[in-house]
Amino acid sequence: MIRIEPRQNVSHLYAFFVPVLAAVAALGLAAIPLYAAGADISSAYVSMWKGAFGSAFAVSELLTRATPLILTGLAAAVAFKAKLWNIGAEGQLYVGALAAVAIGSGAINAPPAIMIPLVMLSGMLAGGLLMLVPTLMKTKLGADEVVTTLLLNFIILLFVQMMLEGPMKDPMGMGWPQSEPMSPEATLPKLFARMRVHWGLIIALGAALLLYIIMTRSVWGFEMRALGENVSAARHAGIPVTATYIKVGLISGAMAGLAGVSEVAGLKGYLTSDISPGFGYSGIVVAMLAGLSPIGVIVAAVFIAAVFVGADSMSRAMSVSNYIADLVVALSLLCVLISSVFVRYKIRFITPRLPKAAREKEI
Amino acid sequence: MEYLDILLNASFWQAAIRIATPLIFGVLGALICERAGVLNLGIEGIFVVGAMSGWMAVWLGASLWGGVAVAAGCGALFGLVHGILTVPLGLSQHVSGLGITMFATAASYYTYRTALPDVTSPPRIEAFKPLDIPMLSDLPFIGEALFSQTAMTFLALFMVLAVAFVLYRTPLGLAIRAVGDNPAAVEAQGLSVYGLRIGAIMAGSALMALGGAFLTMSAFDAFFFGMINGRGWICIALVVFASWRPGKALLGALLFGAFDAFQIRLQNEVGAAVPSQVFLMVPYVLSIIALVLVARKADYPRALLQPYFPGQR
Amino acid sequence: MTQQEGERTPLLSLQAITKRFGPLIANSDISLDLYSGEIIALLGENGAGKTTLMNILFGHYVADEGGIWVQSSEGTLEALEPGTPHAALASGIGMVHQHFTLAENLSALDNILLGTEPLLKPRWSRKAARTKLQALMAKSGLEVDLNQQVSKLAVGERQRVEILKALYRDARILVLDEPTAVLTPQESEGLFKTLELLAANGLGIIFISHKMAEVLSASDRVLVLRHGELVADLETSICDRNLLADLMVGHSVDVPTRDAATPGPATLMFRGVSAGTGREALSNVDFSLRSGEILGLAGVSGNGQGTLSKLLSGLEQPTSGAVELHGTPLSRNAAGVIKQGVARIPEDRHHDGIVGAMSVADNLVIEEIRSPAYSRFGMLRFGEIKKRAVEAIQAYDIRCPGPSARARLLSGGNIQKIVLARTLDQEPQVVLAAQPSRGLDVGATAEVHRRLIAARDRGAAVLVISEDLDELLRICDSIAVIHRGQISAPAPTETLDKQRLGLMMAGHPANKELAG
Repeated sequence: MIRIEPRQNVSHLYAFFVPVLAAVAALGLAAIPLYAAGADISSAYVSMWKGAFGSAFAVSELLTRATPLILTGLAAAVAFKAKLWNIGAEGQLYVGALAAVAIGSGAINAPPAIMIPLVMLSGMLAGGLLMLVPTLMKTKLGADEVVTTLLLNFIILLFVQMMLEGPMKDPMGMGWPQSEPMSPEATLPKLFARMRVHWGLIIALGAALLLYIIMTRSVWGFEMRALGENVSAARHAGIPVTATYIKVGLISGAMAGLAGVSEVAGLKGYLTSDISPGFGYSGIVVAMLAGLSPIGVIVAAVFIAAVFVGADSMSRAMSVSNYIADLVVALSLLCVLISSVFVRYKIRFITPRLPKAAREKEI
Repeated sequence: MEYLDILLNASFWQAAIRIATPLIFGVLGALICERAGVLNLGIEGIFVVGAMSGWMAVWLGASLWGGVAVAAGCGALFGLVHGILTVPLGLSQHVSGLGITMFATAASYYTYRTALPDVTSPPRIEAFKPLDIPMLSDLPFIGEALFSQTAMTFLALFMVLAVAFVLYRTPLGLAIRAVGDNPAAVEAQGLSVYGLRIGAIMAGSALMALGGAFLTMSAFDAFFFGMINGRGWICIALVVFASWRPGKALLGALLFGAFDAFQIRLQNEVGAAVPSQVFLMVPYVLSIIALVLVARKADYPRALLQPYFPGQR
Repeated sequence: MTQQEGERTPLLSLQAITKRFGPLIANSDISLDLYSGEIIALLGENGAGKTTLMNILFGHYVADEGGIWVQSSEGTLEALEPGTPHAALASGIGMVHQHFTLAENLSALDNILLGTEPLLKPRWSRKAARTKLQALMAKSGLEVDLNQQVSKLAVGERQRVEILKALYRDARILVLDEPTAVLTPQESEGLFKTLELLAANGLGIIFISHKMAEVLSASDRVLVLRHGELVADLETSICDRNLLADLMVGHSVDVPTRDAATPGPATLMFRGVSAGTGREALSNVDFSLRSGEILGLAGVSGNGQGTLSKLLSGLEQPTSGAVELHGTPLSRNAAGVIKQGVARIPEDRHHDGIVGAMSVADNLVIEEIRSPAYSRFGMLRFGEIKKRAVEAIQAYDIRCPGPSARARLLSGGNIQKIVLARTLDQEPQVVLAAQPSRGLDVGATAEVHRRLIAARDRGAAVLVISEDLDELLRICDSIAVIHRGQISAPAPTETLDKQRLGLMMAGHPANKELAG
């Protein structure tokens, strides 16, 4: 008989190995679809590795990919820690990007020292305010934020398309639905010549550090953690529940909005309606792999970015569908969930030992 | 007056019922899962799986009903994964559901791409045809609105009755309603909480997959990427609106279908004056409104989202 | 005992049951036999292992060692398959859990029938079931409105549904876990009459209790459990209170003493307060708490105590009337109420009292985390927090691995000490203690009582809400009764006894002598 019993104490080492184990398991399981597609499995993995880490250029691509993932990962990590289920990072990313191009594509002209913070702030504000809507619907009206944030993603994407085909369309864009380009003053500089990796990475790393400090060392973080672990006791102990949810929502939305800013101002230079290949959703996987730790998010984002970049180059080389990357990412999420069981619970196999026979009571 | 004309048009109602059909499947599926106490956010991905696998089966030579069975089976399989993660392992139903959606979607797309690497336009199958029922289909108005639907729409309507019957008229339904309220009550009466919950999730997921299959095998005749487009999430909102009752679920789905059909017709009337995206937003906005309207007084199944470990209370 | 009787086959035989939870031995080598027509009391303190043993019997847990034998219909003993409630039910064991296992969204009838028919049976007629239940109700006196939804039933009725569940399945062995915890004394008497009737009809009955009085009056045999070990198996007729107390606790406990109160002025006033909805609604309540006095509030749970607690905790607002503390209205949120000097000891300490995943230290400062003592410029002062935790752990004797241990790993008594330390050390003017000793052992209970009395002696107004009349009569200076959202005028404890309180809890008006 199998019984699942909660573990009394969890060693930190063990908690660290779990996501690593999950990542390895997810990559290992990818062999099945690779085999089904008729690819040579070992060379597929080698090709993936080379695509992600094989050259300075590959690493630059990897870090470029990791930048928005760190930020959306932080958005999910902060929100999930307080059990505010923000699944709307995708939409928040787009409004962040939209705000960035609205401010940064010529509406205001100022030197970079003013423009860049301004663009960042406007993107964060847009993302935060967007997340405020479902947060208030949750706290004031009791509407489940999972559904509202998910549905808002679709609404926002349509809204962005509408803006790009209408008022914000670039007149010089050859008819493509895209925004006007960011002005040079509002553009995040590249970190290295001839590499795409840009200052957005530094901003993302800074954000992770800042959130780490907030979550572990501040009163706000204390209150957010208490809320996430036990709303009822937190409310009873006088923690301002609604205000804390609002803070969490604003911070979470701001992180996702910043991801949008970083993509348009650092990488693409202008906004299109396909700027994010699901960074918002992948951010959830990043956060879960990171165990909701802001510092862990950095490592997890690099892993997920490596999967995307590596699988991209592998799929081109070996004519395997690049949906393999999404498959590995989804498997990582499921694997990290399953391995979390081993951290929190002991699985015991019980064989009840019976005495040989009943005492001589039978008639 | 022209708005009234839209409503009095039989083809409008035909469209409304067609739009409602996948939602009926989806809401019923979500309803069964949640009545048993488990939120199934895998629904969006399970829709994709149903759409892809049912279509693929027919494309590979299965009969249409064979395709329906394959879709239901694949849906149940993903339901089983969600069930194992959330019931005996007691993992977060939110995260597991999202994981199932990501996994199911990626697996469907990957399978489709791997099976059909070089197609430029999606291949078509011979889909379900509108039923031509003697007498009934010739009835004025009703005949066009209802009796010219495909067999899958009738399957959906039948499922409403079947789910209602099982839930309210059989010992099984009693047990499902009980396990979503207080699993300890079910265990104390000698029934298996795990068995009931996993079974309910599998059955519910099979229904969700049928919603997807309807799209590729009845509403259209091909599989497109991104064709589900949030329909699953809409069902999660509608099940709250329906307060977890099959009859109200049908009503909610039909109401939703009517709004959506109305919006499409209005779009034709208004033309280019309003951007098309405004109309496309309508279903999502409606879902949020539906949710907000009932949220305060929604009577959630008491054990929803609560994992249960036997003997631990 | 004659030779003949000695050879009777027991209905139930537990043999050498041992169960461990990690390092804790919940049951150690326990054996017992239950015969037809017999009522056994399983007596022990909270935490002695009684409930664990019964959960093993019913298949919620699997014993690490030992086995269970049940008499079959042929009269022979058959081994009971461990770990499945289904097998326990099939062999004729019925269990009434302390926390009722009822689905509240279903009717009483549906709850009784749940799981009694093959799941896939179509066309389901309940007529036969109804007839059988009518007969059972007539025979046992357990009257219940079968069509009523359980959420609308009172506590006593819910318990009757639980017993009917077992009888409907033709249980021959009935186990009741702390059945009187939620009943009035009169209801308890009624319950024991029913049990006697059932035993006379051949059932074997085990009831779990930590109350000596009812064990002495209602059982044929008493088994005493202490720290997971069976320390006595005696005919009740040869037992007395002192013997049982010694066996149960094993050492003497200093019961806190209470000097006469010197009540000061009214501190907290309820003026025509209405609040809440449904069964828990309070309607037009007037009462006051005086400083330096412990006021007890007796009542069957679900008569408005929950709403009253929420009002005083700042979690709910009156719909009409006002609650005033020193003449100023009580704050409308928890943080404000805490600042005004109200200490709240919540009824469900795991759910409302602590954040289990956070540390002992965090839980000790959570109410004051924004005070400059524990945070500066929005940043936590870890040194101060730890210092406070070490002090509180020392002062309140909180048994834990250290300040950074997760609170949920602690025992109920130690969790309650965390709540006491963090609320009472703020020197509150009003203390609300809801079911403060529920589920605690004698030692921890005495500690809780001592702390409450100390708070009173310091000048706080203390309100104790409890279903345990013994507790109220022991520590309160005066007692009021809550029934259907109405609160009676408090009377001095010396003028009250359990019988009279029981009648008032059931809604009988206090007699003139009481009111005057």
